[in-house]
Amino acid sequence: MISVSMTVNGKAVSAKIDPRTLLVQFLRENLLLTGTHVGCDTSQCGACVVHVDGKAIKSCTTLAASCDGTSVVTIEGLAHDGVLHPMQEAFRENHGLQCGFCTPGMIMSAIDIVNRKGHDLDEHTIREELEGNICRCTGYHNIVKSVAAGAHAMAGSK
Amino acid sequence: MSATGIGAPVRRKEDFRFITGKGQYTDDINRPGQTHAAFLRSPHAHANIKKLDISGAQKAEGVIAVLTGDDLAKDGVGGLICGWMIHSKDGSPMKAGGHPALAQGKVRYVGDHVAVVIAETLAQARDAVEKIHVDYELLKPVIDMAHATDSGSPVIHDVAPDNQVYDWHLGDKGATEAAFAKAKHVTKLDIVNNRLIPNAMEPRAAIGDYDSGNDAFTLYTTSQNPHVARLVLSAFIGIAPEHKLRVIAPDVGGGFGSKIFIYAEETVCVWAAKKVGRPVKWTGDRTEAFLADAHGRDHITHAEMAMDDKGHILGLRVKTKANLGAYLSTFSSCVPTYLYAPLLSGQYNIPAIYVEVEGLYTNTAPVDAYRGAGRPEATFVIERMVEVAAREMGQDPAAFRRKNFIKSFPHQTPVIMAYDTGDYGASMDLALEMADYKNFGKRKRDSAKKGMLRGIGFSAYIEACGIAPSAAVGSLGAGVGLWESAEVRVNPVGTVEVLTGSHSHGQGHETTFAQLVSDRLGIGIDQVAIVHGDTDKVQFGMGTYGSRSGAVGMSAISKALDKVVAKAKKVAAYALEASEGDIEFKDGRFSVAGTDRSLAFGEVALQAYIAHKFSGQDLEPGLKEGAFYDPTNFTFPSGVHICELEIDPDTGVTTIERWTAVDDFGNIINPMIVEGQVHGGIAQGIGQALLEGAHYDANGQLVTASYMDYCMPRADDLPSFDIGITTTPCTTNPLGIKGCGEAGAIAAPPAVINAITDALGHENIAMPASPQAVWRAAQKSLHKLAAE
Amino acid sequence: MYAFAYQRPATVRQVQSALGKHEDAKILAGGQTLLPTMKQRLAQPSALIDLGHVAGLTAIEKKGRNIVIGAMARHADVATSELVREAIPSLAALAGGIGDPAVRNRGTIGGSVANNDPSADYPAAVLALGATIVTNKRKIAAADFFQGMFTTALEDGEIITKISFPVPAKAAYVKFPNPASRYAMVGVFVSKKGADVKVAVTGASNEGVFRAEGLEAALKAKFNPKAVEGVAVDGSNFISDIHGTADYRANLVSVMTKRAVTKALGK
Repeated sequence: MISVSMTVNGKAVSAKIDPRTLLVQFLRENLLLTGTHVGCDTSQCGACVVHVDGKAIKSCTTLAASCDGTSVVTIEGLAHDGVLHPMQEAFRENHGLQCGFCTPGMIMSAIDIVNRKGHDLDEHTIREELEGNICRCTGYHNIVKSVAAGAHAMAGSK
Repeated sequence: MSATGIGAPVRRKEDFRFITGKGQYTDDINRPGQTHAAFLRSPHAHANIKKLDISGAQKAEGVIAVLTGDDLAKDGVGGLICGWMIHSKDGSPMKAGGHPALAQGKVRYVGDHVAVVIAETLAQARDAVEKIHVDYELLKPVIDMAHATDSGSPVIHDVAPDNQVYDWHLGDKGATEAAFAKAKHVTKLDIVNNRLIPNAMEPRAAIGDYDSGNDAFTLYTTSQNPHVARLVLSAFIGIAPEHKLRVIAPDVGGGFGSKIFIYAEETVCVWAAKKVGRPVKWTGDRTEAFLADAHGRDHITHAEMAMDDKGHILGLRVKTKANLGAYLSTFSSCVPTYLYAPLLSGQYNIPAIYVEVEGLYTNTAPVDAYRGAGRPEATFVIERMVEVAAREMGQDPAAFRRKNFIKSFPHQTPVIMAYDTGDYGASMDLALEMADYKNFGKRKRDSAKKGMLRGIGFSAYIEACGIAPSAAVGSLGAGVGLWESAEVRVNPVGTVEVLTGSHSHGQGHETTFAQLVSDRLGIGIDQVAIVHGDTDKVQFGMGTYGSRSGAVGMSAISKALDKVVAKAKKVAAYALEASEGDIEFKDGRFSVAGTDRSLAFGEVALQAYIAHKFSGQDLEPGLKEGAFYDPTNFTFPSGVHICELEIDPDTGVTTIERWTAVDDFGNIINPMIVEGQVHGGIAQGIGQALLEGAHYDANGQLVTASYMDYCMPRADDLPSFDIGITTTPCTTNPLGIKGCGEAGAIAAPPAVINAITDALGHENIAMPASPQAVWRAAQKSLHKLAAE
Repeated sequence: MYAFAYQRPATVRQVQSALGKHEDAKILAGGQTLLPTMKQRLAQPSALIDLGHVAGLTAIEKKGRNIVIGAMARHADVATSELVREAIPSLAALAGGIGDPAVRNRGTIGGSVANNDPSADYPAAVLALGATIVTNKRKIAAADFFQGMFTTALEDGEIITKISFPVPAKAAYVKFPNPASRYAMVGVFVSKKGADVKVAVTGASNEGVFRAEGLEAALKAKFNPKAVEGVAVDGSNFISDIHGTADYRANLVSVMTKRAVTKALGK
């Protein structure tokens, strides 16, 4: 067992863990933050995307131990005082989700896209940037709309 | 239309929990004292188990139990079942081999369940699985269904010595042969419908829990139909009687058919919970989903279509081999038979049809319903045939279709179905206009100038949804009735809980069902809760599949709402001191006709519960009504999809440039949600046509067992879609709904392949039309062009 | 995953000593290939030595006519580095096309090169640009480094610390991604410096990344996409799988080379 400490959604947490604990297991099993999901074994579906030190990463392909000392934000950490993040709101407004399983990863990736590419995103860019997030329900049509709308809204909320 | 009533694009009520990470999927649930299960799966496609040594695993750290097929047998736990009896041409019943939840002496596909380890942690369970030693006697596997019945083929199940499950037929053979005898043109085609792996993003999971104090079980599971799961686990597998078994299907992350079925893993978890005296949790990983979720499609077909000299279709004959895999999954037998052959008339007036279907065992994962289930296979056959026939006869494919469209309703096809209503020409007109068909030639020339091949393809599909009248499906072999139930509970303050047997796993029932209530009772949707997915709360239900929750599930709610309104009128009459016949109910108020005396819905609800204004002898207190709705016919959504694409002949990459979908779903409750269903269906259909295909090697190893090799549609594989709607309300249910859940997946594949073959100059191509396959075909086309 | 010991040293020297202490220890860089492999129980290292906190491995610098990239530079860092974008835009573009955005935020150049996956992108750049791999022990020329699929010149206890890329006159990388995995099914990196032209191909061969000498000769004669036409690509040792047979991959090598040359010419 080894010790890890990190900040998750603004709260300091620490625990003794088996070294083979993945970040996603640490979040789901130790912290009971079950909004981050696991949809594949090969680092492709993106249901597990969270932000570590402000950057989107796949928490199923990162050891919790490697995140010692970092600041992690999960889907549960986006809304503040009951006010949704503009990207969350955009997914709801544009019907960007159906079963909801890929949604947390989609939203975390979408915010990362905006952080990197700005607020004015064309369809081609959004589709390319969503390469690491698989959705089986929506055909991506409304996800693309959601990301574009959320990107604009994020500009307004700054 | 009110803001939250029928027809409004209401934003989904369920979304808040999903976008904030507060959904409760099965794996998000943890029970006190929970243990973890890991399965040992067969690495071989076909083998006898000579010896199974579990002693090493039993001694491993953290292990609580190691259970095998012998333990199941000792406990009298029955095998998994197939719930639809199909009879062969000769009247003999289908040959269903045993399907134990853990292997009993033999394994029949890679991924078959051999044993389970239950341990304190998942890592310990998985470590211990590797300490089980199995002595396998390898048998030759049957992988290629085309040769499954060859003499000398290995036998997968003793009950089916030639690996044939059934040899079934439908239609009038004599009439069809007569039609072909007078044909002026016959189109013939060999068609493969590729095998798919459903890939709902949430892998299957289950938690079994046993309460020894009450001798009662609870199963949390990723199911589209928890009541059916309870019925099968009780009545056939024998886990516990129904009143001692509660099945909860909480938030479910997509199903597409694959979560209809009752699987080995959930059976084992609920059974093992009692054996180990603690909750047992299993969560599949993606590899397990690839190996052991029921797959879809997998047909090989030869079809022939007869035309007169003008291009009127005279007859159709179809011969199909359907791969059912190593075991008969829950509804597998009906998919290539009654969900397939009756749809082969498509949108066309075809006087004579004869269909033969052979169901076959192979040493591959079980094959069962996947989005569309039989109907995509039928649509692919008829829409490829029609396209090729039009081309062979030198006719415009749209005009050829229009000539053969059914134009008067109701229409009885030669293969069971009686279409109630439709206007296929209207959908075709709108689709052609939206797709700018008349300027396609110019776009094709522009592509050619860039060295690209452009093609256009049509698909005029029909499906049979709202499955289905119970007596009708019973006469065809179904083991259950396919009605739906609903209960509407009005609370004393006028809020409403609707308990439904339908199950939502992405469809948005919490919103659309509430819209129906809002519309009928004149209350806001925030006053309505939709309760589903728990057998202890909802009395019974048949679940969600086959695009049935609107047409059947909501019809049941509608019926219950009728009863609620009728009862409330009685209450209102007492409260308003008027005669019941004078009470009118409109916009959420009960009023006395011709007066200004009225009560709001909530006030009447309160009166019903306080019961001060009437005597119990005259009227029962309370306001709660239930209904079972059994449909009188299938519903028949239809539409026209047009795919326009461009092929890069140097690489074979196909890019979809335009997608036009015009659908007739009858009346629509929430257009936003309906469009979302269409988008998702098209994406899966394009996936089948261009990207996806399960591939087993000759030894029965699944080559496409992860996203490294199974090509899932990603955002940049797909275009945005242009959606149009035409409406002919269904005439056989109270809401006029036809259903929309599967349309895209049914319509899309032939549209894509028709477009590719158009671009390539009529070269036949198999699905998935991968870059490699298209490149090869394009090289042939280019050589042919050069030679001309 | 199988159980393993975990160590997070702070210096390269400590890494070396940790490697010495554990038989079958593996270095964990970005983990984007190693961890999925371990999750599938296809690798069973006794220990993981995490480079995440080792000082001095992430810098991206210009040294003379070379761009020198620390082994722990993430793909996203290389893709967005102003230095790289200006000096070797083809390398920045290559890095920006590896995996997906989340993978690029973890995966590292050192990890990719050390692993020498036959469908990885970086090896093509390293070979075509004639880079030098710097380890804790020595400098290795690209031509000597890659020794067939998943095999490199690295010895036990040897750790890549940085990779030095000479700045080419013209260069471009074009890949044809595997439709499912999105790894390179064929990736061609073309570079030109003076009269020298190098063409490195990844994804295609059973031997891993290789230099396409026939194409190089043709392009040395005339650096033009047309020069590629008529050069036979020998696919006899190419990978054949469900996504592409050897002859299809051979075709893709020609097509991607043409496109890379066109791109390198800025057309």
